[in-house]
Amino acid sequence: MTAQETAPVSAGRGEPLVVLDGVQKHFGALHALKDIELTVKRGEVVVVIGPSGSGKSTLCRTINRLETIDEGSITLDGQPLPQEGKALASLRAEVGMVFQSFNLFAHKTILENVTLGPIKVRGVGRAEAEKKARELLDRVGVGHQADKYPAQLSGGQQQRVAIARALAMEPKVMLFDEPTSALDPEMIKEVLDVMVSLAEQGMTMVVVTHEMGFARTAAHRVVFMADGAIVEENTPEEFFTNPSSDRAKDFLGKILKH
Amino acid sequence: MDAIADNYQLIAISFATTILLFLFASIGSLLLGTLLVAMRVGPVAVMRRTAAVYVTVVRNTPLLLILLFFSIAAPKIGVNFQFVRIVIPTGWGDIRMTNAFAGAVVGLTLYTACFVCEALRSGVNAVPLGQAEAARAIGLPFGGVMRHVVLPQAIRAGLPPLASTQIALLKNTTVALSVLVLEAAYALKQLLDANPGDRWWLLVAFAGIFVILVELLSFISSRFERRWRIA
Repeated sequence: MTAQETAPVSAGRGEPLVVLDGVQKHFGALHALKDIELTVKRGEVVVVIGPSGSGKSTLCRTINRLETIDEGSITLDGQPLPQEGKALASLRAEVGMVFQSFNLFAHKTILENVTLGPIKVRGVGRAEAEKKARELLDRVGVGHQADKYPAQLSGGQQQRVAIARALAMEPKVMLFDEPTSALDPEMIKEVLDVMVSLAEQGMTMVVVTHEMGFARTAAHRVVFMADGAIVEENTPEEFFTNPSSDRAKDFLGKILKH
Repeated sequence: MDAIADNYQLIAISFATTILLFLFASIGSLLLGTLLVAMRVGPVAVMRRTAAVYVTVVRNTPLLLILLFFSIAAPKIGVNFQFVRIVIPTGWGDIRMTNAFAGAVVGLTLYTACFVCEALRSGVNAVPLGQAEAARAIGLPFGGVMRHVVLPQAIRAGLPPLASTQIALLKNTTVALSVLVLEAAYALKQLLDANPGDRWWLLVAFAGIFVILVELLSFISSRFERRWRIA
């Protein structure tokens, strides 16, 4: 991985970038997000962990409004999330998202997957977009696969392409929704390596994951969720060695036993 | 057999008219059907309802009634196609694309678009939700999501039923007989009346030509299917 041309500005590091205030979300009778208060600062890497069904994926998806919220507010860089339409689309362009199931565009080549956003959303010329895309693909280690289709790549390769696709938009923040949960152990490492180097380059990241190793290495802060609420927030060091809530102790006891 | 050999010019002209009816209505129905499906799966409730009501009403109406509407009722409320006056003279007779022809194209288009919409909708349903979510996540607005990500995959997934709609359209052009467009069925009826002794041969010949034309459509469809098969 080369040194980054696209290193996010370290200036202004530490000011709030994503702010969730009093966010409530229901799925029918299920109270999926309960009064969520969360501030992610510029350049910060926040890892969200918790048991299945705790609302961590939902939380992640509300930040670019793939899930709507019932109450509360979410702001990105001081701007409240628009309801819909063009304004929402242009906000989403500022927020990179990586999905559990990769979601690469199945009918487009790897290169086209990465250039679609820059060309159609940003209005970048094709030649320039392709040059940039090839650099990004090289950076995540799949440059030689540029002309293949997603189905011809392994899961780990596809996920790295998905990261390149998100980076091509030069986002202010990257959301990772369980990016390694659908991968074999071998492939998990190659994806995590890319994510760690992204974190080192100062990218603001919200990562929903079960990878405790990643949380320890790369996170500035761990947010522990259970039953739709944020139960505990702390540095990874403190959280893993000395969790304060019973719910977190119980969760860590279960997953760290193996 | 003589009726066929003696009237090959009429048969050729009438099938040319059939093919023209098909081509115009095919393009029209594919465009309108795509627009309808975009409305049908879109975020605006009013448009979703409008498209759904349109499909229900028009699809549930017999094609013959729709064609008769444009031929008989529509002119009474000022909707007519008198401005269409294209006559292509050929050595074997004129191919006439006039008032009746245009009305038939419009009727066939409006009717077939419902089936195109539904075939594409089954294709859209076959595209995983994550594809649209990923497209939205890179900042594409609804139109871009449909155009660049969902519809190209929906058309691939919906190609077999889509081909069926176009095959049905080709054969449905024969209903234009009812509004006096000189297409294949009209020519057949004239020849059957004039040549009672050759009825069996005439029917076999006309059916045979339709079988060949439809087979051509199936062939084109299967070529696309093969070309678009994703590795």
